[in-house]
Amino acid sequence: MRHAKALWLILLLLSISTAALMGADGAWLRKVPQTDRQRVNPYADNPEAIAAGKLLFQENCAKCHGSDAEGRRGRPSLHSERVATATDGELAWLLRNGSLGKGMPSWSSLPEPERWQLIAFLRSLPRDGPPADAVRHP
Amino acid sequence: MAQSSQPLFELKSKGRRGPRLGTPSTGPLRHPLLLRFPLRQGLALLFFLLLSTAPSTTARAQEPPYFVTYSEILEEPGNLEIAQKGSTGSPKDSNGFYSATLELEYGAKAWWTTELYLQGQATANDSTIFTGFRWENRFRVLPTEHWINPVLYLEYEDVNGADKSVLEVTGHDSIAGFQARNAEGRGDISRTMEGKLILSSNPNGWNISENWIAEKNMMGGAWEFGYAVGASRPLAFAAASRSCTFCRQNFSAGAEIYGGLATVHDFGFRDTSQYAGPTAYFNLPHGPTFGFSPQFGLSSNSASVLWRIKISYEIQQFRDLFSRKEAR
Repeated sequence: MRHAKALWLILLLLSISTAALMGADGAWLRKVPQTDRQRVNPYADNPEAIAAGKLLFQENCAKCHGSDAEGRRGRPSLHSERVATATDGELAWLLRNGSLGKGMPSWSSLPEPERWQLIAFLRSLPRDGPPADAVRHP
Repeated sequence: MAQSSQPLFELKSKGRRGPRLGTPSTGPLRHPLLLRFPLRQGLALLFFLLLSTAPSTTARAQEPPYFVTYSEILEEPGNLEIAQKGSTGSPKDSNGFYSATLELEYGAKAWWTTELYLQGQATANDSTIFTGFRWENRFRVLPTEHWINPVLYLEYEDVNGADKSVLEVTGHDSIAGFQARNAEGRGDISRTMEGKLILSSNPNGWNISENWIAEKNMMGGAWEFGYAVGASRPLAFAAASRSCTFCRQNFSAGAEIYGGLATVHDFGFRDTSQYAGPTAYFNLPHGPTFGFSPQFGLSSNSASVLWRIKISYEIQQFRDLFSRKEAR
């Protein structure tokens, strides 16, 4: 009886950790509503917005993602294929909502134009090769 | 002027905001910042302030400029914010005071923020004392943003009746809490559990937050209620492309109103304190955030004006200091 309980407990823990790993694999992308996915960055390719986005990035994001956005201490690089292939709308959705279970906070405290400026900056980053952080969300 | 025909306070049921004694302390009404405190007490207060404003590596997300109202914004995971919240005033028939609250706010998870408050106050012609601590936790209920975002707040407080921080107003908290002498108030200890439902929205760049408060003194007394409502916005929605200190994007302004809603036996505004006032924050890029607000009493149970200041620093990724995980 005791062994059965222990077995169930181990199975439960395994299920949770498996779900967590699966969830880390860009699962947030599947949550983005279609209307959000199609949104377009009003500041796309705007040099002023990219410069502003860079300052915002240094102020708010660099401590986790690194000042060069390469990622640090296990936190994902933003040069990744996943970020590069995500639509503006998907990135906007992620910044607004975060991925709370994976440690990415909501940035709804930043006004929406600033979030678009950040995305304009992210778009200006050079793209990595195949993502080294394939099991991480961006 | 000080002696109106209306009673300034009544002997009310158990509250944690003061001993509700009928003998206000006497003494000249002078602004507390200009008071001459005894050296030892002054040094203690100075140490308290210095401790709470120690230098750090900093930056600050755009937090709504509220002093009492909570929004749905939580601390980013791994960040530690150290803040000093001060309030000062010279309520009628009371000595001037300065209340200092040291706030340590830590982002445990993206959905959970935990916070410790240590509180003290100095009253003119009286003394400087430690008044207690609070431990609060805030939890985001929903995983994504909605038109209204609920956050649950749970707090345990162990404060005495000399507390003048006015971090929230509940029940019949009244001006009497300011009028008791510290020696009388410090013996009136209350241990309270408090819950808040925080509702917050961000329409068109504004933040609108409503807090509904319920608290119970575990040492007796009825359930007490209160509320706080705030609205604010940054002065600019888009960031400048050059680094600047006094750009509009670094300022936010708004207003808040809060007060007690009496108890479960007499719910309403009768014999409660109510305050309202404009608020403003200035976020120094890569530096501290400064906040200021004059808050005006709206009822005879309220102090005429409370001046509030806040200085906060955020140590980003504080937990990395204790992590051996290598950079990628």
